[in-house]
Amino acid sequence: MHIVCCLKQVPDTADVKIDSQTNTLIREGVESIMNPYDLVAVETAVRLKEKHECLISAVCMGPAQAESILRQALSLGVDKGILLSDRAFAGADTLATSYTLAQAVSMLDRQHQVDLIICGKQAIDGDTAQTGPGLATRLGFALLTYITGLESFKPSQRKIIVRRKVEEGQEVLEVNLPALITVELDLARPRRASLPGLMKSLRRKIEVWDKNAIEADAEQLGIKGSPTWVRRIGVPSPRAGGPTFNAAEGLQDAVDRSLDILFQDFFTADEPGVAEGEEHGKKFQGN
Amino acid sequence: MTESCEVAIVGAGPAGISAACILADQGVETVVLERGEFPGSKNISGGVLYGHDLAGIIPDFARQDCPIERNIVESRVWYASDEGGFSLAYRDAIFKEERRLNVFTVGRARFDRWFARQAEKKGALVVCGTLATDLLRNKAGRLGGVRTDRELGDLKARVILLADGINSPLAAKTGFRPDPAPEHVALAVKEIIELPEEIISERFNVSDEDGVSIEILGSVTRGMNGVGALYTNKKSLSLVIGGNLRDFAELKLKPYELIEEFKAHPMVASLIKDGVPREYMAHWLPEGGYEHVPRLFGDGYLIAGDSGMLFNALHREGSNMAMVSGKLAAETILQALKKDDFSEESLSIYQEKLKESFVLKDLKKYRRFPGFLRKHREIFTDLPLSLSMAARDMLTVDGVDKKTKQSRSWKMIKSKTPLLRLARLLFNAWRSVK
Repeated sequence: MHIVCCLKQVPDTADVKIDSQTNTLIREGVESIMNPYDLVAVETAVRLKEKHECLISAVCMGPAQAESILRQALSLGVDKGILLSDRAFAGADTLATSYTLAQAVSMLDRQHQVDLIICGKQAIDGDTAQTGPGLATRLGFALLTYITGLESFKPSQRKIIVRRKVEEGQEVLEVNLPALITVELDLARPRRASLPGLMKSLRRKIEVWDKNAIEADAEQLGIKGSPTWVRRIGVPSPRAGGPTFNAAEGLQDAVDRSLDILFQDFFTADEPGVAEGEEHGKKFQGN
Repeated sequence: MTESCEVAIVGAGPAGISAACILADQGVETVVLERGEFPGSKNISGGVLYGHDLAGIIPDFARQDCPIERNIVESRVWYASDEGGFSLAYRDAIFKEERRLNVFTVGRARFDRWFARQAEKKGALVVCGTLATDLLRNKAGRLGGVRTDRELGDLKARVILLADGINSPLAAKTGFRPDPAPEHVALAVKEIIELPEEIISERFNVSDEDGVSIEILGSVTRGMNGVGALYTNKKSLSLVIGGNLRDFAELKLKPYELIEEFKAHPMVASLIKDGVPREYMAHWLPEGGYEHVPRLFGDGYLIAGDSGMLFNALHREGSNMAMVSGKLAAETILQALKKDDFSEESLSIYQEKLKESFVLKDLKKYRRFPGFLRKHREIFTDLPLSLSMAARDMLTVDGVDKKTKQSRSWKMIKSKTPLLRLARLLFNAWRSVK
């Protein structure tokens, strides 16, 4: 049994700030972390390993510093970490990224047949949720997105039963392996590494694969292989605060006037709401 | 499957990392345990470091991308009253070229991370996000490792270096050293105030690489035995103020009010004008002085840095004493490894090394200083105010003759601080630092 987890290093969006002049992300001083959904993917794989005999590989495409999240995966019980790092990979959109990952998984498959790929449902920086499905499509794996539960795992029958979140409820599906699942946060609560796990991961060397190692077609990599164009990134302007009434100058008056405004807004909610929406819509055009 | 190593170090601050660098460089299997998410995430100081002592660990630090903020070329001391104060400054071109990086400023989050990276490059293992919760003892009661808060968290070691800072839950739990009394600890609060690089250079009259340090005594600590400071970073200023913990309690002062008043002081306000506060932090400083340095070694362990009260309050030297004590502890451990003897007696050479170094020499020289400040509270109350009033009077041109001014200034000073008290203050001051 061979499970591959696909990981991404992302800026910790809990403290992301936008430069209001250039409308770009201020990366300086922002910590990089493993995409939280990917951490759930790792946890899911490690839990499977505790019950079934399997090998877990983790792949991550990114610059040299992304090594730290592979190390984190190793500390939690992943057997092997591979960093896909090459200048040619830079500037990739989800199409080029899924190509690069697919090439890497094919290489891993040659070493040891891959049965299950686990991805986070999306990355918290781009929020596209496209890379996992793209990878499944390229490899011809069954695709199951938004997984909230692993009902059963039957390696001998090469089957997996999963619970999936859909708009109006949940689906429980049985699928043949090989499959790719993308996971939700509520699937599993990530553990904290044990001391031996953590120390072992710090001692390990992380394997780095470049474009030759994955036998990639250079035309499909990085910015060359990315048809997506980001024309502009917009930031919604902060909402102006409402009026203030000083209760010290007359409590009853302040309450009455506040209520007047609340009711006025309530009965005419359509008009200002739409106007505001349009304004934001314009700002986001071309995004 | 318990993990083991030769040397376990608790704390990835300047003391722990200095020791780790020396040990790992000699091929000793060294593990540093750090409770913060990364080295420096929980470490706080004024932000001034000394090149000489850092070079003792990393000789070519300036060429190793050490994240230096500004090279200090001018040191100022202020004696401040409520509305003004005296200023003494010394600038020297030698600190710009020949003795560059004699003193410099750093941001601890970046510096400590860089410093730990140097230890890792030499082969030390820095294990972060891991809290040391207890010390492991063998049947004979001898220390044999550290327990951490992780699963399977025991780490066996032949010797342990406790470099875990002044506020140590491990010390509180195991009693390897006494918890410090409130009067032997200062509480300092610090703000990082962001300003454009060129504004800082202009306000302090320096080039973009160089900077100024200011130590501020007087009524700014609201009568507490304490000190304020202002240091220039590349694109920010570090503003620090602190006082004795017992004084804080007795005078019922709130640290955040103290720093707000400090920021509003006319001499400070103009320097931080239009700055944006980016970080706020607080920390304990070990200010017990020589008399309250605990025993720094025992069977199977050594103590270095703040945890051992190795701090010179008068000269704002803490990080460098941590580095030097960490280095001396590592040298002691290397000798003990050769002898394969980690008994109290074998490790006692650490104390000898510290006595021969400036660390204990300086602390001994200033051993009366903490007591002096406690005894002469007027340094922080009446004295700065009356001296300022006198200066104000002398500098006001109002047609009054100088002799009259002098005599009324004297009278005013003497009415606040009697002559005998003043004489005793000067004598005690001289005695406490001689």
